[in-house]
Amino acid sequence: MKSFKNHFSLVIALLGILFSLQVFFIVDRAVLAYKENLAKHYSLVLVSQKTLVSEEILKLDKNFSELLELSPDSVIKELNSGFSQKNIELLKLTLPKFYKLKLRIYPSPKELADISQKLLKNSSIGKVETFSKTHDTTYKLLLLFKTVITVFAATLLIVTILLIFKELRIWQFKHSERMSIMGLFGAPVWLRSAVLFRLAIVDALIATLLSFLLFSYISTNDLVLAQFESIGIEVTLFNTIEDSLIMLGVSMVVSILLATFIVLGHKEEV
Amino acid sequence: MDKVIIADNLSLAYSNDETIINKVKFSIDSGSFVFITGASGSGKSTLLKSLYGALKPKEGSLIVGGVELKGVSSSKLNFLRKHVGIVFQDYKLVKEWTIEKNIMLPLIINGYEKSVTQNQVDSLLKHVRLKHQAGKYPLELSGGEQQRVAMARALAHNPILILADEPTGNLDDYSSQLIWNLLEGANSQLKTTVIVVTHHIPESMNIDYKHFHIEYGSIHEVI
Ligand SMILES: Nc1ncnc2c1ncn2[C@@H]1O[C@H](COP(=O)(O)OP(=O)(O)O)[C@@H](O)[C@H]1O
Ligand SMILES: [Mg+2]
Repeated sequence: MKSFKNHFSLVIALLGILFSLQVFFIVDRAVLAYKENLAKHYSLVLVSQKTLVSEEILKLDKNFSELLELSPDSVIKELNSGFSQKNIELLKLTLPKFYKLKLRIYPSPKELADISQKLLKNSSIGKVETFSKTHDTTYKLLLLFKTVITVFAATLLIVTILLIFKELRIWQFKHSERMSIMGLFGAPVWLRSAVLFRLAIVDALIATLLSFLLFSYISTNDLVLAQFESIGIEVTLFNTIEDSLIMLGVSMVVSILLATFIVLGHKEEV
Repeated sequence: MDKVIIADNLSLAYSNDETIINKVKFSIDSGSFVFITGASGSGKSTLLKSLYGALKPKEGSLIVGGVELKGVSSSKLNFLRKHVGIVFQDYKLVKEWTIEKNIMLPLIINGYEKSVTQNQVDSLLKHVRLKHQAGKYPLELSGGEQQRVAMARALAHNPILILADEPTGNLDDYSSQLIWNLLEGANSQLKTTVIVVTHHIPESMNIDYKHFHIEYGSIHEVI
């Protein structure tokens, strides 16, 4: 019980930090995956008087991925019957050409405006349809989602850090006494602080292990996975090796830093 | 005779406050037993603090166990403290450690082997009559018992010098007597120099001792 209480507060604080950090990662990955998903289903429509050479258009921007000519048949079908086959062939020649331009990324409204500008510089392109209205709404929703989650995680992070600063004084007081006594019997600084660093390292390991278990569970939980599936994206919620190493690194750095603060802040009483 | 402590023109003060010990000169022979008395607030604890280097001399020279404490480096101070055993009026035991571990502290710091350490702690626990309490924590013991633990800790590493600040201050007779016996024993059998700050010199002392009195910032020997 005694040792449990010794570890509890730092472990909780570290868990808070690791949790909010992982949430940042997940949101970042989700937004990226969602953007890719949007990019896959999004394209511009170009209207041109002349036939466009695919290579030349794709050269204009590194994010252009594919230029497809749209068959005029569908357009003509709209005009419907009454035309002879010959007339239709003639009409096809005079009709402007329609192209579908696919992008590698899902552009921001500004990027979209730039792309339009670039395309319109080509004299044969008469019109660029960006479907900007629907595009804007989707993009803004995406940003809102990202902002909300980020604010949530940041708040958690701030609360945790405040908690740590409050606890730091208590830890400082608790460890100060033992370190002073050890000093009075001639213990060098490394020996006086050994207990503290051992505690810090053990707590970092415990916190890492707990958040590893937590996120391993979350990342295989059917309910959570169904949520992401319903938005139509596939996100790595928890990258077992990479993310665990980051967690371990972060919790080690934070707790060793705290221990160092305590050792440096320690003054021998007179 | 060897001197374990030599003070010359020594002045002591807390930061920039008034001088508490003023330009005193005295020396203590190795292997002697010394009582220091004085009114409350006269500077007895202050002097003792200077002897284990917690308060640096403001002026003059103070040599303890061959180490000059004026401007002493922390490594030299640690070296000296490894050979000194201190008994504090408020015990200063580590609360989160068992009695046994508390007594072990000087042995760990001095790098004793595990087997030696355990034997030494067992024998000390017997001496202070706390064998049955070994696994308890300080706050589970009475004041007298805690002070006996502190006494055992001060003796653990066979120090050359024991400093005790009112070690029997407000203890029961049984604990007080036990502590006086242990201090006398260390002095007579191990030739340890013992310096004790106290209000009353016990009447039942079986050994020769010296008596210093502190008054108005100066020290004089009472003969
Ligand atoms: N840590 C301290 N800081 C400042 N002054 C102190 C401190 N400790 C003691 N003093 C002052 O030094 C004087 C001597 O105190 P002390 O040596 O504790 O007396 P005593 O002879 O009762 O042990 C007192 O006036 C006390 O107020
Ligand atoms: Mg005192």
